[in-house]
Parts: sequence; C-alpha cells; structure tokens
Amino acid sequence: MKQLHTLTIVEARKGLDAKEFTSVELTTACLNRIKERNGEINAFITVTEELALEEAKKADEIIARGEQQMLTGIPFGVKDAICTKGVRSTASAKILDNYVPSFDATVIARIRAQGAVLVGKQNCDAFGHGASNENSMYGPVRNPHDTTKVSGGSSGGSAAAVADGMCLFSIAEDTGGSIRQPAAFCGLAGLRPSYGRNSRYGIMPMASSLDTVGPIARTSEDIAILMEIMAGVDPLDATTVPVETPLYTDEVKSQMLNVKGLRVGIPKEYFELEGLDPEIRAALEQSMETLKAAGATLVDISLPHTKYAIPTYYIVVPSEDSSNLGRIDSIRYGAQTAHDDLYGAYANSRRDGFPNEVKRRIMIGTYALSAGYYDAYYRKAQKVRTKIRQDFDTVFGAQVDVILTPTTPTPAFGVGEKSNDPLAMYLADVFVSPSALAGLPSLSVPVGKTSSGLPIGAQLIGPMMGESVVLFLGHQLQNI
Amino acid sequence: MQLTPLEVKKIATLARLSLSEEETQSYAEQLTAIFGYVEMLNEVDTEGVEETCQVTGLQDVVREDIVVDCDEETKKQLVEAFSDKKGQLLQVKGVFSAE
Repeated sequence: MKQLHTLTIVEARKGLDAKEFTSVELTTACLNRIKERNGEINAFITVTEELALEEAKKADEIIARGEQQMLTGIPFGVKDAICTKGVRSTASAKILDNYVPSFDATVIARIRAQGAVLVGKQNCDAFGHGASNENSMYGPVRNPHDTTKVSGGSSGGSAAAVADGMCLFSIAEDTGGSIRQPAAFCGLAGLRPSYGRNSRYGIMPMASSLDTVGPIARTSEDIAILMEIMAGVDPLDATTVPVETPLYTDEVKSQMLNVKGLRVGIPKEYFELEGLDPEIRAALEQSMETLKAAGATLVDISLPHTKYAIPTYYIVVPSEDSSNLGRIDSIRYGAQTAHDDLYGAYANSRRDGFPNEVKRRIMIGTYALSAGYYDAYYRKAQKVRTKIRQDFDTVFGAQVDVILTPTTPTPAFGVGEKSNDPLAMYLADVFVSPSALAGLPSLSVPVGKTSSGLPIGAQLIGPMMGESVVLFLGHQLQNI
Repeated sequence: MQLTPLEVKKIATLARLSLSEEETQSYAEQLTAIFGYVEMLNEVDTEGVEETCQVTGLQDVVREDIVVDCDEETKKQLVEAFSDKKGQLLQVKGVFSAE
C-alpha cells in the first residue's frame, strides 16, 4: 500500500471508510512528515499538532458512527493569509505575528464543518505579494523536488506542503497566479476559480477586484471534491455570484462531458514567448497530441493583448494592495512599534512589520492613485484590462471551449536568483495573470518533468463559471 | 519618467510608511524602472473603452441593515487583540495633537 502521507483525498476516503487506517494514523503520518522535513522546506509557519490530533480523534468517532462526509478525517493546511479561528494567521508578515482571528474564513468553515483536520498554517509571500515565496518574513519555502529551487508563490508553502506529504490538500489564494504557479513548480493540481464562485470572506484582501480562494491538491478529481464544498453564495461576501454549484465530482468522472469534439484553443502569444523553456514547450506539445488522439480539436487562436497583462497587473494590483493594506495599521490588532504620536504608530509599525515587496507595492499603488496620476495609470490600466477580457470573450463560445497554455515560462528557478530584480520576478507570472485579470477559472495540472526532474504544469483556462470543463479536461490530462 | 527621492518621501508619508535613506534611494530607482515599464500600456488604443471595475456583472447587491451581535468569547478576543487599551476600550494617541 502507498504510504499514508502520499494519498489523494479519494484514496484516503476509501481507506478511512474501509477502516484500513484511522484519521489519527493518517494525521500522525502528516505531522511526522512536518517534523522531519519542515526545518528544511519551511512550508508551515504554525503547526497545530494538538488541535489536529484532537480533531482526528473526533473524526474517527464520526467515522465509527458511519456519519462521515467527504472530508471527515482528512488532514489539510491553510495559507497564512486566510483567517482561521483561534489559530494565529500572520500573512507571513511580522506586523501580524501575534494576530489570532476570532473567526474562520467562510471556505475554511465549510471545510472544517465536514470534519477535515487542520494541521497548520502555511508560509507564503507576505500578503500574497510575490512569485517565489521569498517575500515572506518567515524565510523562503524550498521546493521539495529540489531544495535549491523556489516553491513558487505566493502560495509556496501550500504547494510545497502537499508535494512533500505534510497534508493531503491546501486552501490558498490566487490573485494573479498564486495558486497555479506554485502548483506547477511543485507538480500538483491547483485551481483559481472564477471570480465570484467562492466566498472571500476571511481572506486577507490583496487586490479586491481579482482575489480568489481555491484548492491545491494532487489531482483534478480532488480539486473537484473541494470545489463542491467550497463554492456557493455567501451573504458575507457580496461579490459571490448566486448560481447553483455544479456536481463537479460527477462531471469529472462520468461521461457527462466528452473529450471528443471538445475545441481546445492554443493561443499563439503564449507559445511564441521568447524565453519559453524548450522542455516546457515539448511537454505541452505532448499534451496537445494526447488530447488530439482522444478526439479533441485543437484550434489556433490569438489573444493579442496578452503582452499587456503584466504591466496592467502591476498597476491595478499594487493600487488595490495599497488601499487594502491601509487597514493594517497596528491599532486594532497586530504588532505595534514604539512611537511618539499617532503617525508614528502607523509609520513605524508598518516599517518594521512589512517586508520590502509589500512596501514597494504600497509605494507603487499610492503613487498610481495619487491626484494627477490616477487617469494616467489606474484608469488606463483598467481600460487595457477590458481589452484583455475582450480577447477571451472573442474566442470563448465562437471558437473554443477551453484554452491550453503552459502555466509558467520556466520550471522552478533558484532561491535568490530573481529576488533583487522585481521586474524579472513579475514576469514569472506572464501566463497566469491574463486570465486572472479577466476573472476566468484556470487550473494548473502536472504534465511531466524536465530532464533535471522539475515539474512542468499545463494551464487550462475556461469561460466565466466554466470550472466544469477545466476540471474535466485536467482529469483527462492526468489520466489518459 | 524619473522619480526623485523627494517624491518617494512624499509618497511614503501619504502611505504612512517610515523609510530609511537607503530604502528611499532604492525605491526611487525601482519605481522609476517599474513606471517606465508600464509606459507600454500607452501603445494600446483605449479610446471609448470602458474600464473593468468588476467582472461578475452583479449590480446593487444589498442586504437588510441589521445589527448581528457576536458572542462574549468573540468580543473578548477582539478586545484582547487591541494594541493598547483601557478596560474594554481601544486606546490611541491623540489624532490632532501632533504635527
């Protein structure tokens, strides 16, 4: 039998229900993994061992009574920029080093209500700002496939934890690639849902017009299970869209959808990018062949405004970051530095409690939104964003059902390699930011490895609220 | 466009960030590079294009304005989180006392 910490949710559910092992045993296997490996990987900031074993014991009692649900007894971790009741949530910034939320984020409450077992809070780029997890004030996360490489970011700890067997799935946040890019670097499935599909209540806000919360797991089928539980309207988040949640789990496995006849768009701008790693290109070409052999139709498409996504992103997002971070002022909660007056309370605490990239974004955003510059930067970027959305609107429906791209232009890069060059770091998100600006569901799935053993991810982009087709095709790519 | 350290200091004050001389210098350089890079947005003709402020199309999402009380434990946790307090009240330095 496979080692417990390497199981998928589906496999663990079967084993728990068949009484092959208990939740306490499964949870202990993950906790042992954390003890052995977290010193090096640094995926967790806080480990909730005592709470986890208590919840696991309760889960075993529920299973003994035959009252279990899909996630009862399954160990999971949560990105530290998501609030967990009674468990410290730092967002990887020292200004929240002592912050203990009095509530669970809605998606976390839904998962815990199923009896899932929280093993801890995961390292990330502070407040989600970054693509390598090197902007954490708790140290970088290392890639389990090669510890000289980054895990990706911003949800690096969430991806590394699953890849290393420290938990079976993670709940993370994706504003411009923060779930998909680390999932690709660590060889996992990770979904950015449609904007409005999952409640963001209790997610520390970054860029409100883009932020989403989604799962990272080993397979698309596990992602489907989690989405069924997480999705749906929430009165505490007015941006959630009141639509029925599809039965993703059935759709992924059944014949309700069919690869045969599915039109898969191949956008030339993504594949023509200078700097696209040849091994990644080859892996994607292999995926195309696989889909073609299964009866899909490949359609060459153009998304002409792709190259403007990164500059658009780096105006819109820091602008919204700087507004949202105004609330992090050390007054009502958080770590406060010595000060003489109110201004000092804000300015000194923010100086000591934010890392460089957070400060840099606050500066970019404050400038872009300041009087006289708003039209030139923020308004202009929001208009270009419309052009990027229109690119997608033009092809979906009329030409294609789903779009296939690489998730990243290169495999995981070295720790320290880009950390002094913010622009180079921003470009790591070149394939994941366009669909984020358009609010579209996008899934990264593993489709092979480079010759040096680093994972390669393929990204599937669907139309608005089109999670079904990306999860279905992701499952096919992982299983054909 | 070239941002000067003086401009950086002004933005930092607006943003309530205390910066060292070294940070001021490096942000002046980095922000100049970043705003230089985003100049490429001007290549896109956006004449008559609407801004994208949201992507769901939802309009006027309203709810009843009713007070929902929270339990004593939550209240206690909220008060405990205050950086400075007097009894159950949040304490801060005077807003208008300093310049």
